[in-house]
Amino acid sequence: MSLEVFRKEVQEFLKLNCPDSMRKPIMEENDTYWGGRNAKFKNADQEKWFHAMAEKGWTTPKWPKKYGGGGLSNDEARILKKEMEKLGCRPPLLSFGIWMLGPALLKFGTEEQREQYLPDIIKGKVRWCQGYSEPGAGSDLAGLQTSAIADGDHYIVNGQKVWTSYADAADMIFALTRTDNSSKKQIGITFLLIDMLSEGVSTRPIKLISGKSPFCETFFDNVKVPKANVVGDENAGWTVAKYLLTHERASISGAVDADMMTPLSHYAKKSIGLDEQGTLNDKVLRGDIAEWEIDGAAFKFTLDRINQEMKAGQAIGAKSSFMKYYGSELNKKKYELRLQCEGLKAHAWSGEEYNEGKIARQFCRTKGNSIEGGTSEIQLNIVAKHILGLPS
Amino acid sequence: MGYILTEEQEFLKDSAKDLLKAAPVALVRELRDNNNPNGFSMDLWDKMVEMGWPATALSEESGGLGFGLRGAGILMEESGKTLSGSPLLSTLIVSKIIERYGNSMMKQILESCINDGKIVAIALQEGNFYSSKPKSTTISIANGKALLNGEKSMVVDGHVADYFLVTADSEEGTYTVLVNAKSEGVKIDKVQMMDARFYGVVSFNDLDISEDSTFNPNDSKNIIGDITNMANALLSAELIGIMSEAFHRTIDYLKERRQFGKIIGSFQGLQHRAADLYGEIEVSKSLSIRALDALDENDFMAPALCSMAKVKSSKVAQLATNEGVQMFGGIGMTDDEEIGFFLKRARVASLLFGGSNYHLNRYAKMSGY
Repeated sequence: MSLEVFRKEVQEFLKLNCPDSMRKPIMEENDTYWGGRNAKFKNADQEKWFHAMAEKGWTTPKWPKKYGGGGLSNDEARILKKEMEKLGCRPPLLSFGIWMLGPALLKFGTEEQREQYLPDIIKGKVRWCQGYSEPGAGSDLAGLQTSAIADGDHYIVNGQKVWTSYADAADMIFALTRTDNSSKKQIGITFLLIDMLSEGVSTRPIKLISGKSPFCETFFDNVKVPKANVVGDENAGWTVAKYLLTHERASISGAVDADMMTPLSHYAKKSIGLDEQGTLNDKVLRGDIAEWEIDGAAFKFTLDRINQEMKAGQAIGAKSSFMKYYGSELNKKKYELRLQCEGLKAHAWSGEEYNEGKIARQFCRTKGNSIEGGTSEIQLNIVAKHILGLPS
Repeated sequence: MGYILTEEQEFLKDSAKDLLKAAPVALVRELRDNNNPNGFSMDLWDKMVEMGWPATALSEESGGLGFGLRGAGILMEESGKTLSGSPLLSTLIVSKIIERYGNSMMKQILESCINDGKIVAIALQEGNFYSSKPKSTTISIANGKALLNGEKSMVVDGHVADYFLVTADSEEGTYTVLVNAKSEGVKIDKVQMMDARFYGVVSFNDLDISEDSTFNPNDSKNIIGDITNMANALLSAELIGIMSEAFHRTIDYLKERRQFGKIIGSFQGLQHRAADLYGEIEVSKSLSIRALDALDENDFMAPALCSMAKVKSSKVAQLATNEGVQMFGGIGMTDDEEIGFFLKRARVASLLFGGSNYHLNRYAKMSGY
């Protein structure tokens, strides 16, 4: 099928299947659908949109058809993305299975594992969470100590994970565990898939400075996990983990990108106003906003450039660290400016007329952007070492 | 739009590198120390003309190489890496202005620029800071003659110009005129700036321009806008060259210099600054390329993008050269070490045709605040 025919088909499909209410930006938790065994749709439009997309496999446009994916080529997937952007369609399904585990299974999983897990990710039947960080292993992730000790055809897992996003709502967790303590810390890590309903798994939400609790602590107390649930080889989980982190970094910087072009000046104009020359009444802020907008555009063009380079066959490699660093620092700066643009009312914490402190809470949340998925400092280490070739 | 070079663009870049091998940073020092009156090598300019560089941005229909401003940006970037001075910037801009707005007499002048390396210098700025509009340069009618009076400053290549492209106010509005630099009534002084290059201070005293070529006054606003856009997009490309080379040299030095028994590039305090700078240079490059492409595509965003590119590349070129001098340490402060030449050229190039504050303001205005 020619690409133009495909584009027509996509346009028709979206017109027919994407309800108007699903063409508005995601503003709050209720606007999202994460799937899972206990998931409930928030409204009929959300349900209709999700089913239409899942049926086509377009929740994962590029994944192979045999698992239920869309089977689209890169060009077709790009067309689908473009057409969805044009209408402002929301993603029908948010999922760590799609963003992280799926790509790892496609690269490192066995055929049995792919057949077992990918269809449920695509259809939103199983919700996954990520178990990487531990209280003693944050930036030094390879120092993790959650142990998995072999016992026949099982492992017995003991330990604690932190910053497991939405663990209290997840069905399964993909976790890094220590299976060998005898050699270099990067060796001896095993990538395990664990059912959250297993005996001995418990979670506790963590309240953030934003007042919200998107993260949990997850505890493993003598949890039995079948050996068939190892992805990649035993003791070779670090390779899988590194691959996934690259995906995560790229998707975090991509997520920042979608919101990047909303002009800050819009808020500033509304609350501060223009003088008779048509320039913002706060001149210092005006310069700061202009500078931020220029940086934002420069970053967006750079993402376009890296995309073109990838299409031309160049590996993204450590550039994902630069993207993650620059994107998250930009987003933090944006919210600093947003507070300045809107003064008092942006600093309120509750009250209906202040949207329950939405801006202040978002501002607080952005401080985590440069910590999660590898701190800014870690990203700079990676750039220095792998791009600039500076010695350790 | 494409961020990746095409095969033809790669070829242009390689041939630019080849030619500029004859004009390394050492040549800038030599010209300066020998008090060369031009501040650049006329031989180098002759070679550039021979290679057809003045016509790089012109369409093939106008007798050009058809590389557009994106191609011209490649030449500017490479000249930035070697800090090679030449009348390239003026010529690239003027060629596009005459291609777009010129009459047949001007097109003859353009021919002589392309074929013989004649130089048309752009005389817009008056006083200490860039302003695209004339302030006190005027055209008045007396005894049936049109007389030009006023003084222009920071005229790039003004000291070696054969012609000036001058903006001046008259009772009917702003005019853009091409005047012969050798005419009586034109006085050319020159100032040597921090970058060891010369800039013209040009005054016009009752210069009779009745016989000179005048652009259609209805085009004046567009001409001035186009000059500002093109000059700043091209300067942003030069600044990309400057920052890239300064960065490259700094990283090499970090890998070689030892203190406390260690390579200083192994210190995290320096690594993080270097890695941050790497990112800033990458985003500056993308913005500069986008601005040049937008000019070639007649994108309605082009004017804003040119100002954005100039702001970003000025700031990052300043950062990269500051970090360069700092990381070279004491040696970076000496005239013997070349990193200082990058620092100085970055400052002057940032200022030309409007510094970063001028363009921040221009961008914000265009964006409705």
